[in-house]
Amino acid sequence: MKRAFILGAAALLAAGMPLQYVLAQSGKSAENAAAAKSKQAAEFAQFHDELEQDNPAELFEMKGKELWQAKRGPKHASLERCDLGLGPGVVKGAYVQLPRYFADVGRVMDAERRIVYCMVTLQGFKKADLAKQPFSTPDRTPDPVSLVAYVAAKSRSVKSATPQNNAQEREAYAVGREIFNYRAGPYDFSCATCHGQMGKRIRRQDLPDLASKQQAINGYQGWPGYRLTGGLMHTLQWRMNDCFRQQRFPEPGYLSETITDLLTYLAVNANGHVYTGPGIKR
Amino acid sequence: MKTASHKIISLTGAAAIALLTAVPGQAQDARATAIAIMKRDFHAKGIAGMDRLDQDALQVVCTRSDNKPPKDIAVRLEKDQAESVKYPADGKLMGDWRAGEKIAQSGHGMTWKDKPGKPSGGGCYNCHRIGPKEISYGNVGPSLYRLGKTRGDGPEMQKYVYTKIYDSKATTLCSAMPRFGHSGALTEAQIKDLVALLLDPRSPVNQ
Ligand code: HEC
Ligand code: HEC
Repeated sequence: MKRAFILGAAALLAAGMPLQYVLAQSGKSAENAAAAKSKQAAEFAQFHDELEQDNPAELFEMKGKELWQAKRGPKHASLERCDLGLGPGVVKGAYVQLPRYFADVGRVMDAERRIVYCMVTLQGFKKADLAKQPFSTPDRTPDPVSLVAYVAAKSRSVKSATPQNNAQEREAYAVGREIFNYRAGPYDFSCATCHGQMGKRIRRQDLPDLASKQQAINGYQGWPGYRLTGGLMHTLQWRMNDCFRQQRFPEPGYLSETITDLLTYLAVNANGHVYTGPGIKR
Repeated sequence: MKTASHKIISLTGAAAIALLTAVPGQAQDARATAIAIMKRDFHAKGIAGMDRLDQDALQVVCTRSDNKPPKDIAVRLEKDQAESVKYPADGKLMGDWRAGEKIAQSGHGMTWKDKPGKPSGGGCYNCHRIGPKEISYGNVGPSLYRLGKTRGDGPEMQKYVYTKIYDSKATTLCSAMPRFGHSGALTEAQIKDLVALLLDPRSPVNQ
């Protein structure tokens, strides 16, 4: 009951935001508008705190937990033997130590990529089917998204420590940094164009400087997240995809090495933060 | 990768080659791997083709120098950019500021979700403060509020602003700002309207 109310409030909040623009534009002085803006920021912060107390992301964590434990797929197996890097079946603390190198496949994998790997190997799902529509839409939250939310939640209050223990992990970081700084496309953008300096904004959205420790934490923390804009649960696979779209690049493959390497770069830069769990994004 | 290197050699000669070979071996390996991985992992979608991953000479130099190109290379490449700017045949650089405001507001264009043939917006408010009423503006670029009032609206200033929008890199080689005319994102008429938004004394920007 309370949840339903909170979800409704979230939707209203998301829908209500443009109203502020309309008000601000229709004849108000810039000062009034600025006051309205800081009032709105305060209201958003308050809503945000209230929402965090009864976090809509929890719905997806619960769904993910069911999916994790249920016998599913052509092989009629659960994911409870999935090795997320800390040994088969260990979920607690795994999310904040990903991406990492997996000897069984000989490569570095991020959380979503590894979970899908387990769905394929343990349960017999086809990767191509899972990759068809991998991101949440108003009608559907893909299973890997809920599973990531569940796995991430099991690292709540754990200090993040994405490893750099071997050549493969160090290479993933080095390559990720190159991808981050690679300027191309019709707008000459790289990730660093928008996320390479402190204190920058696109419109009113703060852009974390993802190359700096403190801000990499701000930008990395809270994913996967329930996005008020659209009211959808999203993972970092989605975030990377949508930023490449804004970068005017072609589309990166879902669960591709490009994304794993980028996420390795971000995660290692953000190392040392105490993970607060799937959060709310505006 | 290969084509980019070719372009750079023809454009800037020995100086650029010196820059390219100055990077330490390990960084070069990671960079080559990064490019190979991206070319394998991306696919064309809508209007966003795979050719967008190929860097031109300027993009190579800015990426490799961490956006701090050596002075001599910057001067030469800026000159190349400046020479490719096409100015309106009728010599008029100012259009309609009202149309300019709409273009500055719209951030659409050039993504894989955008339809081919539909005119792009400039997305100028993403990065700049411009008109006094719009409070939702970014700060990746400097404030342009009162640009004409403080810096004038004569022929030189009109040419500077037209050039900046057409090809920001003609004056700042590794600017974060896109090259809107060079890339074909904005048409000549749209750029004129934006010049008017920023410089026309009747534009709210200059009240
Ligand atoms: C043209 C600008 C632009 C480019 C280029 C860009 N981003 Fe973003 N990015 C944004 C904006 C704007 C947001 C905030 C969106 C929001 O709040 O809804 C964002 C958000 C993010 C976030 C989440 C931050 C948070 O606080 O939750 C991450 C992580 C991120 N970007 C990484 C990247 C990476 C990696 C790249 C390159 C592949 C990239 N971005 C390229 C504009 C950009
Ligand atoms: C992604 C960010 C970004 C976008 C989008 C952008 N700019 Fe810029 N702009 C900058 C930066 C950074 C500078 C400063 C460096 C330079 O001069 O190139 C700048 C500089 C300028 C200048 C020169 C200001 C001066 O004081 O000399 C003008 C004029 C300008 N931009 C106009 C525009 C217009 C018009 C648009 C939209 C069509 C636009 N910009 C879009 C980032 C941006």
